[in-house]
Amino acid sequence: MTVSKLRVRVTGVIPVAPAIREFRLEPIEAQLTPFSAGSHVIVEMPGAGRVLRNAYSLLSDPADTGAYRIAVRLQESSRGGSKFMHEQVSEGTELLISPPANLFAPSWQGRKHLLIAGGVGITPFLSYIPEMLRRDADFELHYLYRSSQTGAYREALADQLGERYFGYDSATGERCRLEKVLGGRAPGTHVYVCGPQSLLEAVRRTAAELGWPASHIHFEAFAAAQPGEPFQVELAASRQRLEVPGESSLLEALEDAGINVPSLCRGGVCGQCMTRVLDGDIEHRDSFLSEAEKARQDCIMPCVSRAAKAGLTLDL
Amino acid sequence: MRLHPKPIQTFRDDFSYSNSEEAIARFPFPFPQDDYMYSVNIEPHVTPGPEGSVFEHLLDIDEHYLSEMAERDIVLRENAQRCLAMPHMDVACWDLIERAMTSLAADYPQHFSLVREGERWTWQNRLLDIHDSFTFGDSSTLPLPPLEYIGRQLQGDFALLDQRDGDLFMDAGIVTCPADWSLRFDAGMSFSEWHGPVPLAHEMGVFERALKYLTAIPVGRPVRRLNWTLTINARMDSSPETFPSWGSDRTTVTPDNVGEKVYLRVELQVLDRMPRSNALMFSIRTYLMSFDDLVTNPDWARRLHRVMKTLPPELVEYKGLSRFHPAVVEWLSRFDPAN
Repeated sequence: MTVSKLRVRVTGVIPVAPAIREFRLEPIEAQLTPFSAGSHVIVEMPGAGRVLRNAYSLLSDPADTGAYRIAVRLQESSRGGSKFMHEQVSEGTELLISPPANLFAPSWQGRKHLLIAGGVGITPFLSYIPEMLRRDADFELHYLYRSSQTGAYREALADQLGERYFGYDSATGERCRLEKVLGGRAPGTHVYVCGPQSLLEAVRRTAAELGWPASHIHFEAFAAAQPGEPFQVELAASRQRLEVPGESSLLEALEDAGINVPSLCRGGVCGQCMTRVLDGDIEHRDSFLSEAEKARQDCIMPCVSRAAKAGLTLDL
Repeated sequence: MRLHPKPIQTFRDDFSYSNSEEAIARFPFPFPQDDYMYSVNIEPHVTPGPEGSVFEHLLDIDEHYLSEMAERDIVLRENAQRCLAMPHMDVACWDLIERAMTSLAADYPQHFSLVREGERWTWQNRLLDIHDSFTFGDSSTLPLPPLEYIGRQLQGDFALLDQRDGDLFMDAGIVTCPADWSLRFDAGMSFSEWHGPVPLAHEMGVFERALKYLTAIPVGRPVRRLNWTLTINARMDSSPETFPSWGSDRTTVTPDNVGEKVYLRVELQVLDRMPRSNALMFSIRTYLMSFDDLVTNPDWARRLHRVMKTLPPELVEYKGLSRFHPAVVEWLSRFDPAN
């Protein structure tokens, strides 16, 4: 059995917060595989003349192989992916998805798990929670949202988790004091954070100040590629020249030209698509390369990063 | 034609193990060139592979099935620590049960069958006369711990690697036919830790690139590679734990007995993502072939001579060949007069 892409049909679309919709995906021919907590799939969206590919966390119970569920927040600065999902996708739409992959798995040896979600960053934790309950793991969920836009599933989570649930609605001025959440924890505690970059950085900074070991802090940045200025790329090895439109990522432009670059997270985290740059100035937008590596200007994560000026020459 | 398992032969004491002509023909000869050096020689394990080849199915069952299962039983009775699973690997062990049973039942329906009614599973292994019903995921419904239960029905060694923080950890396995490594010793180690002793490859960045590739293997897209060494006598269990019983075999090789004493030991290694646990299954399926059998193929004989003659000294040392390497090269030279 070798699986490349799965054809799925959307069998349910429900609003779960003012700016978030949930999509239920059922297989058309093959069966869905079970998956591990924290997995995501890449959804292919045949948009206007080009294919967008965004990663979305699976939020269903990992043991449920009848359907996968994802949730999509309408992004104001969308390149078209979340807009497409909100405006073009309805019950009956067929989509292609990748098999599940996991870059955000729980460390099951941890003694206690702190889950910190910001907005639509709740999604990976919805697959953590059933598995943690099954394994009788010790955990808390801290959920930061703005009820005028996000906050999906909060009532159900509060009911289900009882005193393990902590909600913070910024629309009503409720603040999460990270130093309280992270302070005084027993050794062997792991923290997992998924949400906007500002939340990731705040957790990382606070945890570091409190002396947490880096190996106990786990991140999932859910932001997809952001648009930018159009630019040109030269492909030195295959002697081609491509235009990268402002709404496309470099990776998508390469894929559209039939150039196969391995990729996994499509969000500048995993390092899989790293490509050598022979010439040109790079605007690095990833969180994989170190500052020193970025300064060398000799490699790029085409899934999120772009040319800073006119163009780039790649070793492809 | 598919090979049917032969009656039990031995991998110790009188070493009655032998390969049929069909087994020789399908042996995975591991040298694509006349010289050998490490590379990240990983390729997709797309199944079904060529019919009748060792690559046809996810798990290869061949004429040595009963012999290898009998050998595994001897090793596990001597030392129960040859099968280990840390508590957090329970889901991964059940992942392996599902993967193994569904593929064996589909690929070898004459030997294996699986009936699933929800979580209630019934498994039949006609080769070993096993017929069990159990509740999937509930280890208390199996007659043995899950990894030992399935491992005693599969040829080859299995490790289940937990994936955390972009690294892989040797947190479970059943290892009874290793090429001189110990599960007990490596248990809990990270990828670069358990590869610590390998010479040259660290400097070449081989492990860094391999780890990045392995941690990204998705569900349903297994990959494979071949590895090799030489073993004296048809000994499956060349483990550090049992070194006293095989280490001195190396001194018994003479230029006259290389053909019957020295075996090319090839490992077909398959890496496959386990869906429920996100663990990586690492299977090591070992094929042993005597030099006498190998040189029945003149192309193999010639190439083996060239590979052995040009093998870097560090690899001769690491693979434990130092004592008998000159005798091997001399014995092989008769098949390659031009060199």
